[in-house]
Amino acid sequence: MEFLQPATWAEALEAKAAHPDAVPIAGGTDVMVGINFGHLRPALLLDLTRVDDLREWTTGAGAVRLGAGVSYARVITELGDRLPGLAMAARTIGSPQIRNRGTVGGNLATASPAGDAHPALLAADAVVEVASVRGSRRIPVTDFYTGVKRTAMDADELIAAVHVTPPSGPQQYSKIGTRNAMVIAVAAFGLALHPDRRTVGAAIGSAAPTPRRAPAAEEFLAGELDALWESRAELPTEVARRFGELVAAASSPIDDVRGTAAYRRHALSVMARRALTWAWTDYRNDAKGA
Amino acid sequence: MSTPTRTPTGAPAHLTGPGSGGVGDSAQRPDGVLKVRGEFAYGSDLWMEDMLWGVTLRSPHPYARVVAIDTSAAAQLPGVHAVLTSEDVPGEKVYGLELADQPVLAVDVVRYQGEPVALVAADHPDTARRAAALIRVDYEVWEPVTDARTALGHPTTDALHESDAEVTELSRESAHLHPEGNLVRHLKVRTGDPQPTAEVVVVGEYEVGMQDQAFLGPESGLAVPADDGGVELYVATQWLHVDQRQICSALALPPEQVRLTLAGVGGAFGGREDLSMHVHACLLALRTGRPVKMSYNREESFFGHVHRHPATMRYEHGATRDGQLVYVKAAIWFDGGAYASSTPAVVGNGGTMGIGPYVVPNVHVDCYGAYTNNPPCGAMRGFGSVQTAFAYESQMDALAAELGMDPVELRCRNAMEQGSATPTGQVIDSPAPVAELLRRLEAMPLPAEADGEVDLRHMPGGVSNTTHGEGVRRGVGYAVAYKNVAFSEGYDDHSTARVRLEVVGGEPTATVHTAAAEVGQGLVTVEQQIARTELGVEQVTVHPKDTTVGSAGSTSASRQTYVTGGAVKAACEAVRGQLLARAERLVGRPVPDLRLAGGQVVSDAEEIAVPLADLLGGEAVEETVQWRHRPTEAIDPETGQGFAHVQYAFSAHRAVVDVDTELGLVKVVEMACTQDVGKAVNPQAVVGQIHGGTAQGLGLAVMEEILIRDGKVVNPSFTDYLIPTILDMPPMRVEVLEYADPHAPYGLRGVGEAPNISSGPAVLAAIRAATGLPLARVPVRPEHLTGTS
Amino acid sequence: MRLTCTVNGTEQEVDDVWEGESLLYVLRERMGLPGSKNACEQGECGSCTVYLDGLPVCACLVAAGQAEGRQVGTVEGLADADALHPVQQAFVDAGAVQCGFCTPGLLVATHDLITRTGRPSDAETREALAGNLCRCTGYEKILDAVRLAADRMGGDR
Repeated sequence: MEFLQPATWAEALEAKAAHPDAVPIAGGTDVMVGINFGHLRPALLLDLTRVDDLREWTTGAGAVRLGAGVSYARVITELGDRLPGLAMAARTIGSPQIRNRGTVGGNLATASPAGDAHPALLAADAVVEVASVRGSRRIPVTDFYTGVKRTAMDADELIAAVHVTPPSGPQQYSKIGTRNAMVIAVAAFGLALHPDRRTVGAAIGSAAPTPRRAPAAEEFLAGELDALWESRAELPTEVARRFGELVAAASSPIDDVRGTAAYRRHALSVMARRALTWAWTDYRNDAKGA
Repeated sequence: MSTPTRTPTGAPAHLTGPGSGGVGDSAQRPDGVLKVRGEFAYGSDLWMEDMLWGVTLRSPHPYARVVAIDTSAAAQLPGVHAVLTSEDVPGEKVYGLELADQPVLAVDVVRYQGEPVALVAADHPDTARRAAALIRVDYEVWEPVTDARTALGHPTTDALHESDAEVTELSRESAHLHPEGNLVRHLKVRTGDPQPTAEVVVVGEYEVGMQDQAFLGPESGLAVPADDGGVELYVATQWLHVDQRQICSALALPPEQVRLTLAGVGGAFGGREDLSMHVHACLLALRTGRPVKMSYNREESFFGHVHRHPATMRYEHGATRDGQLVYVKAAIWFDGGAYASSTPAVVGNGGTMGIGPYVVPNVHVDCYGAYTNNPPCGAMRGFGSVQTAFAYESQMDALAAELGMDPVELRCRNAMEQGSATPTGQVIDSPAPVAELLRRLEAMPLPAEADGEVDLRHMPGGVSNTTHGEGVRRGVGYAVAYKNVAFSEGYDDHSTARVRLEVVGGEPTATVHTAAAEVGQGLVTVEQQIARTELGVEQVTVHPKDTTVGSAGSTSASRQTYVTGGAVKAACEAVRGQLLARAERLVGRPVPDLRLAGGQVVSDAEEIAVPLADLLGGEAVEETVQWRHRPTEAIDPETGQGFAHVQYAFSAHRAVVDVDTELGLVKVVEMACTQDVGKAVNPQAVVGQIHGGTAQGLGLAVMEEILIRDGKVVNPSFTDYLIPTILDMPPMRVEVLEYADPHAPYGLRGVGEAPNISSGPAVLAAIRAATGLPLARVPVRPEHLTGTS
Repeated sequence: MRLTCTVNGTEQEVDDVWEGESLLYVLRERMGLPGSKNACEQGECGSCTVYLDGLPVCACLVAAGQAEGRQVGTVEGLADADALHPVQQAFVDAGAVQCGFCTPGLLVATHDLITRTGRPSDAETREALAGNLCRCTGYEKILDAVRLAADRMGGDR
């Protein structure tokens, strides 16, 4: 096994171009588990922790550009106000030790259907910035996941950053685990209300081969909210219930060691209903405070 | 006896300090400072300059014939020093705690997934793993038998439709996993009217999943070849001498040539009673002539030790309208997995104590242990009593509901007390405060209901933000349990202690030498405390645990403070007798009130105070005593009657839970426990045992299960085998009662297991109370609470 | 490969490190610092918690080469030669140590928690220590130890 430790982003991209089968490693929270148990034995490990650019986040053009190497712990402490949905998701990830190391870039690169950041990124219409020696390109996160642990990236590409627009409305994130901490999602749900655009982002995790959005639920809710954005009137219970059903209908879960498909569908409908209720309450309260 | 030529880095040393605390004090652990400094050496920490790493190749199949094994490619890998198979086992090729039925390395047939097939020693663990992957094993894969009742030839029951399911040819034909058949033990308890009737009858079927000990320090040890052709083994275990017996048998070496020393043990809970890497490391060390370390990773650990028996149980309780139990009928099936391990004794406990601490005139129990192709099951804290407690306490709640009676009242009305007879005809001849334990729990204040601002950390689901109070209902549940202490059914249960008193650096110092395994519970502290109390000295050194002293028996069955404590006390008394006799010779006459205190021989009546330093000079007084508790007896094979158990421990729990009834998520709000410990030899350690036992019971109730599909474990990791975190454990209230058992040293009772038995059923009862669901299976999963199984 | 890093204030250099080794393996097997424990090797137990450039991490998930030139702090670095750190002393005094296998990781995590927060609430402590599994104590006496250590370290909020 070889170990490369590029000091700059340009060096990193050159290394990945020269060794397309190199496995990038940042926080190590996925890669090292594979190596420790002999399930992963890459010819080359490409350590990205020396590339300082990756560990920075900046704001500009309305969006936060979150470097791929920013840890979850920093998302929580530094970006909780700007990216609330992602910060809520980050708080549910692993343990403090994991959150000190694990990165949003790593979560994207692994692209596990159970990755905790995905529903928050999907709901917020995030855009993934990938790069290679050929140049960089932006992939809407909606198009990023192509299969179980598969992404739209080419072999010579690395994730540079993810762009997330700070919300114009409330966000929520909920995740089911069978323990009250340090648990992999049985099902997860991310919600973003976009009053500026009068749209809604709703996404699910651990309930389909890839993280995915719930378009029918989004359209239904946007339609129902059309009349409510202005008035900030109470949300009819029936709307929240129906929204939950449509979110659950967007899933195609399986029975596995962590839960049954039936439970996942049920849990999604409950989480979506509750999350919408909380988000709408926040939206209404915001107006009162304003 | 030959001594080791080399000692590994981190080999156990004598434990000294802290220098105060006798019986009844919360003395500090002598290994505490080492442990917080990171200097306490566990099995996995041992190291030698030229040591090799051993790894095990395991069967991927639960049931298969081994057609051929080709080790040539593995042996040729650079860095590999040995590759061994069953042909390289020089002695007996099978071993076992109670029955020798488990191959050291697979011979012709593998009977469970993870059964050891071959061994490799190499100079780096990764090299050894790669070499193991190069061993080519041809298997003829057979269909596994994965259900205990099927294995015993019962038609499987289709629970959904309450009718017999189709009996396949497989379930009959493949039944004989072992030559004697698939029944390991059938225990019968018969007392009173064989065909009783009652005014009120409740029937229930219950199921308990397979729990893992999940000790944090995986199986580890270091074998060092010795110049005399023997081997030194440093290993984390629960009983050095039973290991030694089995290793000698496999290696065809006499005990003098197989010398064991206890390495630091990272928790045990029953999972280290059976051999794991012991023989394997010795084989590799003897073959290579080099020290060999074997250290399982977490995944291998799940295959490297036995688990708690899963159980299916059918119970029928009959009572009068006013809540007096008339009869209990029970059928209990334990899945013992591929090899016997301690299944016979687990069946013994499950059967003899299977109706709980209640007085019942008419009892009919059948308890079975079966061989299957599931992972072998054996000892785990609570040992056969954990499973049945879920059933009998669920039945008591069901009966209370049927009678419209308070569940605590029903229990108290039928509670055992001193003088009661057990279903096995044994009269309880020491305090049995079952009702008092429950009443004290009932009197404790209940935790406040959540109000004010939502703190997710107090909610079901925690910071995963699944509820802000929606769907949350509170429930309260009670359970009480009892458990035998020490080995039962006529077993010659003893321990050996060697105590030496001498003057070191001007100060009288006692050294306690036993082979009793310290696994974290604090036995080393107790040994010091007893010596301080009995010998009136402060400085007590604990000798490393090894086989140069006689057997101490197993660190299991809540027995060591009782039995090894009794042996240490007896050895101290013998040393004391010598000292007092010596003092009397000095004084020249008998002195009736002569005693040891403050490092002196004193008589208050005659105002004598002779410092031990003066009395001993440069001499040492040493005594070795083998000590036994009063004998038990085998039970009658047809009726189960007999004096089976030497002592019982009693504990009760009240659980308060919040359940998100819509999502099926549980937050345990508080656990309260009352337990009679006879005498709290070390109150802090006693409470620590109660806390820890409570946590393991809670874990089984709501999250812990080894999941098996077609004989294969599907969650062998801490990612998917979940144990409680600090956010899953609630604050606990503990009340310790001390009603002395007149038959036991200091009146003490074994402590460790009882709280592990009553906690889970209390949690289950609380979840039932919160949800109104019947819940007949643990662990309770969200699916069970939401109708989405 | 060769690895150089500073562990508990002392520069360490080791050779022949296989690139797939974790920092945990290097500490335990190559540097003679077995205090950090290997209980799961997948970041699910916290027994190997060490400081890496001041942040508590699971050493089992740090590739050895990632520690090159970094500052590593382990349980062995908490105490002086003759005096335990107050966090260590509190664990001993409170009875928070049974088998002790989880203890080194809990000590580093607790040291970090109290250093950051002074006197954490029980809820903060529970969230901060949720990555450290203990199988012996049921955590009650660990909470006692955290409160005791915070008191003795004079933190306030």
